[in-house]
This record gives sequence, structure tokens and C-alpha cells, in this order.
Amino acid sequence: MRFVKFFIDSVKEVIKGSPLYYAWMAFLLIIMAFAARSYIFQLDNGLIVTNMRDQVSWGLYIANFTFMVGVAAAAVLLVIPAYIYHFQAIKEIVILGELLAFSAIVMCLGFITVDLGRPDRFWHIIPGLGILNFPISMLSWDVVVLNGYLILNTLIPIYLIYKGYVNEEPNKKLYLPFVLLSIPWAVSIHTVTAFLYNPLPARPFWNAAILAPRFLASAFCSGPALIILIFQIIRKVSNTKVQDVALFKIAEIMAYAMFFNLFLFGAELFKEYYSGTVHLAPMEYLMQGLHGHNALVPWIWTAIFLNVTAFILFILLRNVRSVKIMNIGCVLIITGVWIEKGMGFIVPGFIPDTLGEIYEYMPSSTEVMVSLGVLALGFFVYTMFAKVAIAVNNGTLKYQKD
Amino acid sequence: MKKDKKISFIRRKFLKTFTVAAAAAFAPLAKANSAVKDFDFDDFVQKNFKEMTPQEVERMLKRLEKKYKEKYGKDFIVKATPPMENVEFGYALNLSKCIGCRRCVYACVKENNLSRKPHQIHYIRVMRFKNGPIDLEKSEHYYEAEQVPEKGYFYVPIQCQHCRKAPCVKACPVRATWTEKDGIVVVDYNWCIACRYCMAACPYKGRNFNWAEPQIPVEELNTNTHYLGNRPRMKNVVEKCTFCIQRSREGRYPACVEICPVGARKFGNLLDPNSEVRRIIETKRIFRLKEDLNTDPKFFYFFHS
Repeated sequence: MRFVKFFIDSVKEVIKGSPLYYAWMAFLLIIMAFAARSYIFQLDNGLIVTNMRDQVSWGLYIANFTFMVGVAAAAVLLVIPAYIYHFQAIKEIVILGELLAFSAIVMCLGFITVDLGRPDRFWHIIPGLGILNFPISMLSWDVVVLNGYLILNTLIPIYLIYKGYVNEEPNKKLYLPFVLLSIPWAVSIHTVTAFLYNPLPARPFWNAAILAPRFLASAFCSGPALIILIFQIIRKVSNTKVQDVALFKIAEIMAYAMFFNLFLFGAELFKEYYSGTVHLAPMEYLMQGLHGHNALVPWIWTAIFLNVTAFILFILLRNVRSVKIMNIGCVLIITGVWIEKGMGFIVPGFIPDTLGEIYEYMPSSTEVMVSLGVLALGFFVYTMFAKVAIAVNNGTLKYQKD
Repeated sequence: MKKDKKISFIRRKFLKTFTVAAAAAFAPLAKANSAVKDFDFDDFVQKNFKEMTPQEVERMLKRLEKKYKEKYGKDFIVKATPPMENVEFGYALNLSKCIGCRRCVYACVKENNLSRKPHQIHYIRVMRFKNGPIDLEKSEHYYEAEQVPEKGYFYVPIQCQHCRKAPCVKACPVRATWTEKDGIVVVDYNWCIACRYCMAACPYKGRNFNWAEPQIPVEELNTNTHYLGNRPRMKNVVEKCTFCIQRSREGRYPACVEICPVGARKFGNLLDPNSEVRRIIETKRIFRLKEDLNTDPKFFYFFHS
């Protein structure tokens, strides 16, 4: 009964808001509407309206998916200091981080859905109803871990917010095991996502054991970067207390993660260039161009420049506690990692293709529009959930007997 | 009070702007779109081919024949001929003989009802190499020649290698693709969800995707079809060479073998010690593509010796 009231009150909370809130939600909805139009265009005509072809059979959608899995996994960088080390400043905001993980998974599933040529056959993948090729197919593992993580990051925040709403102390015995489970689970979603690409000897560019650690390292900088920026926005638009000390703590972890990310990328470069086998070709295509094809070269060098610059800025942060520098660094990291992990990772896996053909891929306008729509959906979901969480936290939304 | 009024005014303005924008965005939905129009409930609920009972298969084949008749105005035969006992198909290709004429490519297109446009699909890809080593990166996929064979060049046709340890089969998250008892790697086009993971996994480009609704001139349709083979496909599904399953399971040669003007293509039963492919494997110098990947293809290349 109380839960029903919680639900109704939450809906009420989501419906009302400031003009700024309405403007933001309307903006997202309009993007989603235009994206829906593009998506229907894609359903109508087939995936031919994308620029993917047999040679490059995955593109922007899967690139964004990979990036977002990283963002989802990165919530663990708030969960560990909050629940294991009881770092108070982070504990106050950990729910907002878990909700971000939830929204990131929503985006992941969105990107997978728009990439599927036959979304009408989605039920084929549901065990019992259809056939899930588990444990043989790595994609089936991804289905399992992503949905598991989605459930964990739905249940935990909802339980905690609800307890805040009815003004009761959350039962540690009830939720802590799930929180603890979510830590290795976060690592597993990104590991399994790396294992999608990693075990395909057909694609030498992906077929590197270093991939899973590389994914985790880059996720642990890009995810928190997004978190830092979003938290500052929340701090601005609501009277939620987000302490600088929490942000700088996160930034500190990011500096280490970026170091490992650059190091692992360097290790990969060394191995490929020094051994110089035929498997160097995709790396050559990415870094310097191959047989006159060099569409990705400016992208990857931009990414390297951004990542290195951000790393230097984050080292400076140790001495200069400047929010401004931190924010610049965050923007650089999000852009840099998105390129490195998205276009700079998925696409060269296919170039040259398995028979040596080079087909250069750049996303079509449909792909860009649909992708923006999925992002808008994610932010829309996040804003709604965060609004409820903040209202409960502030005490403006609480249980009242009729 | 005044402030509240102002907010509600702004709110109304936003809602209005939003409604107008949303209506503009969704206007094309009002028109019937093919995604909705083409929806076929029987297709939607159809089970995976391997999980159907013989009766269900029978009913489904009849249903497809009726459906194709309505769609193309032609009588189709859709078979589900099972594999023969003690047969494992294998293929051998004589590189010394191949002249790069691509007759196999087009015989395959016709036999297997491959999409002609807007997206052209070929199961066989003939690659041209300058005399020298087989360096894939230096191959030409789209060569045009006045006359073949050309001096100073040789040709390597590549299609699905029907691996015994097929990476594509392992990759599929819904078991829409598998190896049949006679060694043919097939796809259930009605079960494929089009994630394209198999295409990423295949080292031989053995899989093609219907990026758009396949277009075939009605008069060129081959109406003698197999469920797992050359029956008409739909948009957004993966397809591949099936050693012409509709032919080979009836003891006939695949179209590419039959058309080859120089007899470079050999096909037969690997389990039969007296078959031509077995003799070639045992007496010629053979090689397989990308042996280092341990995919164990049943497609062998050889030279005269």
C-alpha cells in the first residue's frame, strides 16, 4: 500500500517541475521524436540506410553501446568508496551514481535494439520463450550480465529511495549483499563486452588479451568524467549537496585509470608495430592510413591528444584544486575515450576486412539521429529517476498518511 | 500568485511547442509503413527450424509455398530434404585451372535467388592476384578484364568454407545457424535476429547480409527451393552459401561446380573413400585458407601436380 503511494507520489514528482525542467524534458522528447522517425525509416528500408555493409558490419550503434557499457560499469567507482570505505561525501551521492549506471544500461540495450535488423524477433533471445545460445555464444553472456546489472541497479536505488520516502532506516542485511554483488558484476559487464570482440581470431585488431583490462581502464576514466559533470549540474539546478571533496576523490581515481589506459594502449601499439606481421594492417589503418585510406587517422590522433592532455590536467589537480580544470579534463576524457573506444576501436576491427578489402565507414545521418535519440532516452530516464531521488533526499517528497 | 501564473504560462507555451514539434516528427507515421504492412503473424510466431516436429515442418513449408505464390505469382516448391546417411560434403578447387571468368559467381546468383539490387549479393568472390604469393591485402576484388585468363595473374575464388569448427555457429546468440549432419553450415532465415555477430566472427567473409529487401526479377526466380537454402529471403537477415543444399541433397552438383567451364571445381562426399574429392585430398598438394585459425574448413584448394 505504502509502495503504491510511493509510486504515485513519484509520478507526481516527475510531472511537476520548473520551466527549466520542462524545457529540458521537452528538448529530450523532441530529439527522441525525430530519432523515432529516423528509426522507422530504418525499419522500413532495412539497414541499408546506415552506412554499414558486409565489409564493416558494425558501426556507430555498437560503438556507442561499447562506450555506454563502460559508463555503466564505472558506477562501481562510487559504490566501492561509499559502501566499502564509508567515504561520507561519496556515500551521500552514491544513489545518483547507481541511477546513472541504470540509465547507461538502458542506453546500451537501446543501442543493441536499434542495431538489430530484426527487432521483431527479439523474443528469440529470451530463454524459455526462444533459444539463448548460452554458454557457447559470448553475445548470450552479454545478454545475461547486462540484464543482471540492470536489475541490480534498479532494485538497489529503488529500495533505498523508497526507504528514504517512508523515513525508515534501510535494512543493511537486505540490500548490502546486492550492493556487494554489484561490484564484481560491474567489472563483469565490461569484461564480457570486451570478450565479445576479443575471442574472434578473424579480427586480429580485436584479438588481443589486453582488451578487457583496456576497456576497464578507459571506462574508469570516461564514466566518472560523466558523473562529475552531471553531479555539478544537479548541484546547480537542485539544492542537493555535492561536496567538492567527493568530486576530487573521483578525479583522483580517474588520473590513475587514465594512466593505465594510456599505458595499455602503448603496449598494444608496441606489440603490433614491433612484430610487424600482417596483423598490423588495421592498426596502420587507424594510426597512419592504409593504401591511401585514412578516414580514421584524424580521429585517433585527436583522441590521443585529448587523453594525454586530460591526464596532464588531472595530475595538476593534485596541487591545483580547481573545479574548472577538472571540468575541462572531464570533457576531454569523455570525447577522447568515446573516439578511442567507439569509432577508433569497432571500425578498424573491420578494416581491412578478412579478405583484405578496404571499405571506409562513416555513420549515415540516420545512424547519427537514431543514436542521439537513444542518448536522449537515457538522459530522460536519468532525469526522472534523479528528480525523485533528490526530492526524497531533500525531504520534499515523503510519505504522509492520508 | 503572479509568479505562479507566469510559470504556468511558460509551461503551457512549452507544452504547446512540444506538441507541435512532436506532431511534425510523427506525421509520417500516419502513412502505412512497410514495417507494419509486411508484418506476418505466422512468421512472427514460427519456431526455430530444428525444434519443429515433422508435421510442423510440413505445415510451414505449405504455408511458405502459399505465401511465395501470393507474393511472386509463381508456384514454388519449398523442400526440407534431410541430409543423406554417411555423407559429409567437401569441396576442392583447382587453382591451376581457374581462369577467373566468374561464371560460378553468376550461376550461384541465379540458382540461389540472390538479391540483384539495390544491394547485390554474391556468395562467391573471385579475387585476382598478380603472379606471386597469395597476399590477401594485395588482391583485387572488383577486377574487370577484357578477356580471361590474363597474363601475369591468377585467381582465387572464395566462398563459405563450411568449417567443421565454424566460428559463426559459435557466435550466434540464438542458434539461428548450425552445421547439418552432412557438414553444410545453414541459416534459418526466419530465426536470425540480425545481430551480425556471425559476420564479425567469420574469417572468410562467408556470410552476406540483406541490407535491404532483396530484389530479383520475377522471371529469373528459381522456384525449386529448400527451406535452409535458396528460398526467397527477407530484408535484414544473414545468408550464405549452402553448397546448393537444394541440389546437393538430391545427388546433384552445386551450380558453381556445374557451370565451371574448365572443371576447376570438384564436389563430393568426404566419407566415401572412392569419391573425387577424397582422391584429390589424398593425391594432390592441398591447402586450406587461414589454417592457423584452426577452423578446419571442408573447402580445399589444390594445384595440378
